[in-house]
Amino acid sequence: MELTLWTYEGPPHIGAMRIASSMKGVHYVLHAPQGDTYADLLFTMIERRGKRPPVTYTTFQARDLGGDTAELVKGHIREAVERFQPDALLVGESCTAELIQDQPGSLAKGMGYEIPIVNLELPAYSKKENWGGAETFYQLVRGLLKNHSQNQPDHKPTAWKSEGRRPRVNLLGPSLLGFRCRDDILEIQKILSQHGIDINVIAPLEASPADLIRLTKADANVCLYPEIAESTCIWLERTFGHPYTKTIPIGVGATQDFIEEVHKILELDFPTAKEEIDQSRLTWYSNSVDSNYLTGKRVFIFGDGTHAISAARIADKELGFKVVGIGTYSREMARQVRSVAKELELEALITNDYLEVEEAIKECAPELVLGTQMERHSAKRLGIPCAVISTPMHVQDVPARYSPQMGWEGANVIFDDWVHPLMMGLEEHLIGMFRHDFEFTDGHQSHLGHVGGSTKETEAAQSQTIQDSIDSNRADHLPCWTSEGEIELSKIPFFVRGKVRKNTEKYARQIGCQEIDGEILLDAKAHFKA
Amino acid sequence: MSGATLLKETGPKEVFCGLTSIVWLHRRMPDAFFLVVGSRTCAHLIQSAAGVMIFAEPRFGTAILEERDLAGLADAHEELDRVVKNLLTRRPEIRTLFLVGSCPSEVIKIDLARAAERLNSQFNGKVTILNYSGSGIETTFTQGEDGALKALVPLMPESQHKQLLLVGTLANAVEDRLITIFKRLGINKIDSFPPRQSTQLPSVGPGTKILLTQPYLTDTARVLKDRGAEILEAPFPLGVEGSRLWIEAAAKSFGVNQSLVDETLEPLIIRARKALKPYIEKLNGKKLFLLPESQLEIPLARFLQMECGMELLEIGTPYLNREMMKPEIDLLPENVRIVEGQHVEKQLDRVREKKADLVVCGMGLANPLEAEGFSTKWSIEMVFSPIHGIDQAADLAELFARPLIRHDLLNPTSH
Repeated sequence: MELTLWTYEGPPHIGAMRIASSMKGVHYVLHAPQGDTYADLLFTMIERRGKRPPVTYTTFQARDLGGDTAELVKGHIREAVERFQPDALLVGESCTAELIQDQPGSLAKGMGYEIPIVNLELPAYSKKENWGGAETFYQLVRGLLKNHSQNQPDHKPTAWKSEGRRPRVNLLGPSLLGFRCRDDILEIQKILSQHGIDINVIAPLEASPADLIRLTKADANVCLYPEIAESTCIWLERTFGHPYTKTIPIGVGATQDFIEEVHKILELDFPTAKEEIDQSRLTWYSNSVDSNYLTGKRVFIFGDGTHAISAARIADKELGFKVVGIGTYSREMARQVRSVAKELELEALITNDYLEVEEAIKECAPELVLGTQMERHSAKRLGIPCAVISTPMHVQDVPARYSPQMGWEGANVIFDDWVHPLMMGLEEHLIGMFRHDFEFTDGHQSHLGHVGGSTKETEAAQSQTIQDSIDSNRADHLPCWTSEGEIELSKIPFFVRGKVRKNTEKYARQIGCQEIDGEILLDAKAHFKA
Repeated sequence: MSGATLLKETGPKEVFCGLTSIVWLHRRMPDAFFLVVGSRTCAHLIQSAAGVMIFAEPRFGTAILEERDLAGLADAHEELDRVVKNLLTRRPEIRTLFLVGSCPSEVIKIDLARAAERLNSQFNGKVTILNYSGSGIETTFTQGEDGALKALVPLMPESQHKQLLLVGTLANAVEDRLITIFKRLGINKIDSFPPRQSTQLPSVGPGTKILLTQPYLTDTARVLKDRGAEILEAPFPLGVEGSRLWIEAAAKSFGVNQSLVDETLEPLIIRARKALKPYIEKLNGKKLFLLPESQLEIPLARFLQMECGMELLEIGTPYLNREMMKPEIDLLPENVRIVEGQHVEKQLDRVREKKADLVVCGMGLANPLEAEGFSTKWSIEMVFSPIHGIDQAADLAELFARPLIRHDLLNPTSH
């Protein structure tokens, strides 16, 4: 039994719903008790979709358990097929139905329908949402391509040359409730088409079962979200000999590498590198003089595997930040995240417990957090700016405007999304500095007003609460601050105050000092600079 | 009973389960904690229903069953003890801990009553541990509150005094207002249940007269009756008329002079009717379809028909307690169609066929209906909003008028 107050991922059947809802012509009969229908609101409210997910729940109740639940399942399958007339049917069960062992998939297959039926077995008590999504996509692709001629080791990703046509690839992995997938695929399509590469199929988002049957007509596969598509890509490679890309095109460098990788796989002539770099403003913006203050900003990164890894590269290589912590909740991608952490001389945090993540953030006192919506809340409590880079989805992560994460435009979006919270911090500091000027009124606050530059009283109260939350685990033997020391500390910009406090205390302990005043603070500052 | 047409329907449902009531119960009793013994789905459900994200460490959580718990590799009771101990160490401010049963815990038959008993003796009065079921195979949405309150009843102290007890979670401001009105009528010994602190339970006994504030408290009402209390028969306090009859039921039972009642309520009624007027203009003649969710459907339909002039196409309700609903159904017009249970697809077909002007529904259905051009109102909003009492009648009507007003604003040419 695991105690959870909040969770990054839903159960695996939610992953299956993401695949079914992303596609056209697919219906999912889910053997589940009535409460499980809450999942609809993830799509109709968080994604703000105008359509219900194509899911028929059996919504069994306690009184049904005494009778024949298998008949109940069959009745729902019959009704769903008649009403929705899908091109392919997914049949599965949620956690409770798994315990009753009705095997709805087998029941469905015995009902004599012509349409392809995929029996989903998603172990609800050991797996989670992304795994469920990946498994569903894989089973669906496998099921639909089952009768296709197997094992074509003679597949050549360069066949387009001899066939006298443009090369074509599949884009695999984008799904509903995935982070900015809708816009990412437009961006990637644009880039590929600029290089003379056509798209064969995009899946699962907006694909139909017929589209999945056409997957093998591509020269190669582009794996955009390994969380969802990697197992399918591996299977397509093993079965049909289709190679797939490993680079995720998030950030300027990765987009560049991605384009190179695609060219290499398809044996296309590669254009000059210079042209590519000019396509995104991120590079120049982070070189511009205004970005001086970004240098060495300490960032903490947490999210799904794909976005955390990409964020680390952008932060480290493209913005000149210092990554002081990195982690993921995606256990399936723990190995990759660990190796990225190792390159940054860090220990990766692999956890599903947001409180552990909050502790880690406190511990390394970053100046910017790149995380999920939950880290946004944690960062807010700690008074640290934050940008959201990853699922779990929140209605705020489904903006009306175009805002991809991938490709050149994605890099522009990321520059804005990450740097603005930091600028707000800077602005807040300036407001704080000038608040005693006579023409300045207390009304002036940035959106971080609750954290920093408001009136002295609220600021003191606020910093106290933040401090209390930081202090909650403080041992008794720590040195204490004199009121003069506290006043000096309060003059430090709030977004580095936590770090300075920590360093000063560390210094005081080192020199065996029990009371921290302004002088000790300055000594510590000099000590750590040296 | 009047001439309402009562029908039953079975099929796929689209309702929240009883776990969802944790979302308002944990706010009502800030010293209580709700620990769902269930699956990842349960954890995901309350997190998604609780406004998607939380802003502080929540007062609810889930003990997630894992493979080991099912395979018998771990003793579920030992595991639960361990989880509870961890939780109480981390959250020493918790005074009452509810172990909440879920679908999987009921299917594998984890005996939470026994667990609560065992843990109670371990924690020796420092924390009270109770249990109830919020599972989707046993309960829908608001029934979770019924379960939680029923679990608290045995802990209520005994009292022989004549007193009034309001039962059901209300918004604090509304509750204060209702108590003020009863005090004006000279009913001074008055309490509410659930209390605002889980440890400050009101007393109950043969002298206790109970007014239910919410229509979904069937089991709680029964066990309170077993404690000797009398449930006063009245419609629910929604709208001017419902609230008036509800207050009068208490007044009558406490022997309050009718002229004092009239004197006290008349100015409130006049003011409320005045405030209602603009909304009545908007709602009058509009066709209303209520899909089943919160159990508030019948009292809401009664108010919207009787006081706002709406035409009732259909009143869906997850289940129907005929005895408790009798005073409400008596106020409904002849031949109103009340459908107990649900076949969500067929129900949506009827919404389309009958061209509803306004549909009251669960959160999952609202946007798809909006996309088809229907105006909707979330059922869940009714359990969070201060809607009870005479003074709130206009606010209640406004909740239903708003989607229609918005629709007209955004689609000026459509009518």
